[in-house]
Amino acid sequence: MAGSVALVLIAALVGWAALPERHSWTAVDQRLTVLSGPSGTEPIDLDTRLYLPSGDGDVPAVLLGHGFGGSKESVSDDAESLADRGYAVLTWTARGFGRSGGEIHLDSPDYEVKDAQRLLDWLATQPRVRTDADGDPRVGVVGGSYGGALALLLAAQDPRVDAIVPLITWNDLGKAFFPQSANGVTAPGVFKKNWAGLFFGSGSGPLGAGGGPSPLTGGAGEAPVAPVANPACGRFAADVCAAYLKMATTGIPDAATTALLQRSSPAPVLNKIKAPTLLIQGAVDTLFPLSEADANAKGIAATGTPVRVAWFTGGHDGGSGPQTDQDRTKFLTAQWLDHYVKKDGATPATSFTYSRVAGFSALDRGLVTNGYSDPTYPGLTGTGRAEVTVSGDAQQIANPPNGNPGALSSLPGVGGQLSSLLGSVAGDLAGQHAEFDSAPVTDAIEVVGAPTVRLRAASPTGSATLFVKLYDVDPNGTATLSGGLIAPVRLTGLPTDVSAAQPVTVTLPAIVRRIDAGHTVRVTVATSDQAFLTPPDPATYTVAVEPAVSLPTAAGTPIANPQVVWRYVLLGVLAVVVAGLVVVLAVRHRRLRRHEAPTVDEYAETPLVVRGLRKAYGDGFVAVERVDFTVERGQVVGLLGPNGAGKTTTLRVLMGLTMPTEGDALVFGHRLEPGSPVLSRVGALVEGPGFLPHLTGLQNLHAYWQATGRPAADARFDEALEIAGLGDSVHRKTKNYSHGMRQRLAIAQAMLGLPELLVLDEPTDGLDPPQIAEMRRVLKRYATDGRAVLVSSHLLAEVEQTCTHAVVVNKGRIVADGPVDDIVGDSPSVQLEVSDVPAAELVLAGLNVRSVTPEGASGLIVDMNGTPRTEVVASLVRAGVGVDRVVPRRRLEDAFLALVGDNSRGSGDR
Amino acid sequence: MSAAATGYRATATMPLLAEVRRQASRRRTQLALGFMALLPVIILLAFEFGGDGDDDNGGGAFASLVDLATSGGLNFALFSIFVSAGFLLVVVVALFCGDTVASEASWGSLRYLLAVPVPRARLLGVKLIVALGYSLLALLTLAGTALLIGTLRYGWHPLGSTVAAEIPAGEGVVRLLAILGYLAVVLLVVAGLAFLLSVLTDAALGAVGGAVLLWILSGILDQITALGSIRDFLPTHYSDAWLGLLSTPMQTDDVVKGAISAVCYATIFWSLAFYRFTRKDITS
Repeated sequence: MAGSVALVLIAALVGWAALPERHSWTAVDQRLTVLSGPSGTEPIDLDTRLYLPSGDGDVPAVLLGHGFGGSKESVSDDAESLADRGYAVLTWTARGFGRSGGEIHLDSPDYEVKDAQRLLDWLATQPRVRTDADGDPRVGVVGGSYGGALALLLAAQDPRVDAIVPLITWNDLGKAFFPQSANGVTAPGVFKKNWAGLFFGSGSGPLGAGGGPSPLTGGAGEAPVAPVANPACGRFAADVCAAYLKMATTGIPDAATTALLQRSSPAPVLNKIKAPTLLIQGAVDTLFPLSEADANAKGIAATGTPVRVAWFTGGHDGGSGPQTDQDRTKFLTAQWLDHYVKKDGATPATSFTYSRVAGFSALDRGLVTNGYSDPTYPGLTGTGRAEVTVSGDAQQIANPPNGNPGALSSLPGVGGQLSSLLGSVAGDLAGQHAEFDSAPVTDAIEVVGAPTVRLRAASPTGSATLFVKLYDVDPNGTATLSGGLIAPVRLTGLPTDVSAAQPVTVTLPAIVRRIDAGHTVRVTVATSDQAFLTPPDPATYTVAVEPAVSLPTAAGTPIANPQVVWRYVLLGVLAVVVAGLVVVLAVRHRRLRRHEAPTVDEYAETPLVVRGLRKAYGDGFVAVERVDFTVERGQVVGLLGPNGAGKTTTLRVLMGLTMPTEGDALVFGHRLEPGSPVLSRVGALVEGPGFLPHLTGLQNLHAYWQATGRPAADARFDEALEIAGLGDSVHRKTKNYSHGMRQRLAIAQAMLGLPELLVLDEPTDGLDPPQIAEMRRVLKRYATDGRAVLVSSHLLAEVEQTCTHAVVVNKGRIVADGPVDDIVGDSPSVQLEVSDVPAAELVLAGLNVRSVTPEGASGLIVDMNGTPRTEVVASLVRAGVGVDRVVPRRRLEDAFLALVGDNSRGSGDR
Repeated sequence: MSAAATGYRATATMPLLAEVRRQASRRRTQLALGFMALLPVIILLAFEFGGDGDDDNGGGAFASLVDLATSGGLNFALFSIFVSAGFLLVVVVALFCGDTVASEASWGSLRYLLAVPVPRARLLGVKLIVALGYSLLALLTLAGTALLIGTLRYGWHPLGSTVAAEIPAGEGVVRLLAILGYLAVVLLVVAGLAFLLSVLTDAALGAVGGAVLLWILSGILDQITALGSIRDFLPTHYSDAWLGLLSTPMQTDDVVKGAISAVCYATIFWSLAFYRFTRKDITS
């Protein structure tokens, strides 16, 4: 039954999950040709898709850009969820990708940004899209990475944009690809060759290979419209291609490259952005770290434009992050757009939210983060600072030629491997790095922001490329590099002797990390890293780190996790269960109260009255057709009948095990039901003994009596044991008992407490003749003190010798009922022993008798048919037949056979 | 004249203590509890005499529970719980809850208890409480023994885990208790299922085996990620959520959901058991 319940449940769940989803929007794919380029006259073919919510009112719009190497398909999930919220969403494949035409100009204001402006024009012409003025659609711009920078640049270039939400994007492409973490050094930093290569690669292949599973950068590319002209450049515009080839070769950007990267960066135009901006940046992002969003936030906020910043545990390295983070950023985005674009909902707070890794999820092995919020955005310097002192002498470290072998800090392009990044793929190579450790910290430090260290370096060549890292080292010595983030510095004008070196402040990448009490902080200075282009010539530098390391901290307020609602659900469920239990108990109590009433006072002194009892089973079998009988005090009543006549079913009803279909049984006037208290005045043995096999006979009796909850003194164990007559065997385990021993113990158990009505089913089963004789005496004696006994049996002699009354049942009905003598007295037969059987038969044939049956050599059984015995004897003697014996047949067997017929089939065979 | 015999009160029948003793006298109870105490000893001996293994058994970040097992009494207890939670505890709980009614039915003693008469609901209630009590005792025996011998052998050290910082020993004990508490709640599903089967069948083995079988089936279905969100409704889905209690701060989201799931399932199973048992004809 439980199995079938489970199957039904599973089937229902599968069916529910397989139901088709219902969309609240429709999507239309369209190729739009817009006029773009520096002159605004170059036609460009764009692959677009417009999602329109159902209904016919006008709706605000969202322009949704995709990441580098992606297409309109890679943002379809986000587009659908925005369309579900009631926005017309326009997605398009940027020029140079997928099925759109043109070449990649890296979010150039003359190309990609202008394309987007033309799309705004087009949106304004759509009948369903709400407009602020003629040709000015109500529109927000959302995008990640490449699309995020486009949002910033578009908002700077086009005042029609009402709000923007740029995710994990850059501020200054030059600084992102040539990071320089040494403060006050303006020279370009170290070339981030690995990421740059991945970027270039994802735009140059004919299939536009995606950059990984992240929806912000990845997505399946599609076949380009035109074949690739230059194998070295792929679909990149010639100037972009040339700039890449040059900077990847030398590792230093020339003026043209710098200008190109600057053109594609929001940094110079931030002051033109008037659209409220929500910046979402990832803390596990070695490509565009948190500092990029920080620069954007500062630049936009400087002109008074509302800016909000949120960090999440993910990014170009970390992927879209844990579910809690995705929920939070999704909520923030919706809230921002709803207020500033849809003009719906209160003004969003400008509070800063971020998340910190709390551990691994036990269920899906992913990361779990906790969200925190601060009323204002503190930047990368935190709301407080913790100072840690590191120690270590100046050390010499070697720069490997061509950066090989190189240290490993991150795995660009793998994407989504959050756990491995937060664990430690990081590895430093011997001889190539110097370590400066702190003492174990006494209190946990909540680092939120960019730590700073002061570095002194000496180089024989006067310049050095170094990588500064901050490790969290646990007491077991496991060092963790948060997010795989490192700070590259390229220093020039260095002395050859470290003692002459001026300290340079190095700002490490911003991180969110809790350094637990007992952990140590380790600052490592390394010469190589596989993600960066390092000087090809071998050199040996000397480095030293000033003791003071400054860690920015923030004490954010934990964000109430929406999952907390489940706690209330749990409390609710528990309350419902408890309330349900109380109600059930109360109802039961009341019903029991009402139920104690049905008594019949006229039978209050009658041990047992069975009235019109009928039991039909669910399968239609009728075990008891109709049974009525009474057991009075002092009687030993035999319930007699062939096997299957319904005796046991009747007794089961008497024990409250089975519910009668009709009729009832009254014990001392109380109607019997399962659990009726009056059952406590009934002792029973039905269908054989039932004992705990591992207990001794005596223990079984005690266990049984304990279950009654009645005082031990009332049990009369001694009398019961005497009746059982088991002697020392009473101390043996019942599993070793013979059938008869168990039977006797069961009778003793039924007699415990000397119940007023004793019900015994086949009590002599398994007993030997002396024990049977003893049992007869016991039963007769038992019924003397106003008690009564009901014995069922198919042994006729047994009933005849033991019982005062008998009830004969056949095929579920009573066929005779009354004192044994009365039932037996009706017997019409006589057994004769005569000297001459044939002669006697002749004589008897002349008399009015019903039948004559020979028995043995000289015996005859005569059914007298009312003929007086004297007449029979006289006739025989007159005919000269000697009569040795005349025995009136007083055997119950006859009566029994006469009453039930010689049909040996029981009611079970009907 | 009162309905009942002198000294009989329905609420006094089948005293809890009597049922506790009734079950305590059974060999299977003694063996199960004994094994719970023995298992940590066996594990300890295995660690003492076993060679160094270096295989990651697929537990990801949690595989390290093996490596940390010998780092202190708390970790040893945690490891003992970790290896028992998946199957052994399920079997033990199913044994206590599935066997309790069905075995009485198969011995034939159930009908005599009902003829005492012990009210049917009371009989089930007492049986259930005692079975749950023994299940909890088994859980505590396992954890207690492991903690004791682990501490004697490996010392009293903070609770280590690679998913979070070391947890000071005092708080570690609290975490351990929280884990035990959650495990106990999750095992309520097994207890409910086994108890329902115990009422439905007269074969004790069928009830115990059936409950374990359905639990395994649920576990298998839970491995099939294609089932998507259906898996959230499987009784075993949140059975490992207690691992989240090892991180700092504790991750209780899945624990809470698991508790909701377990409480709901257990309530349904027990309600069915009581509904059925108070209405059916006892045929054993």
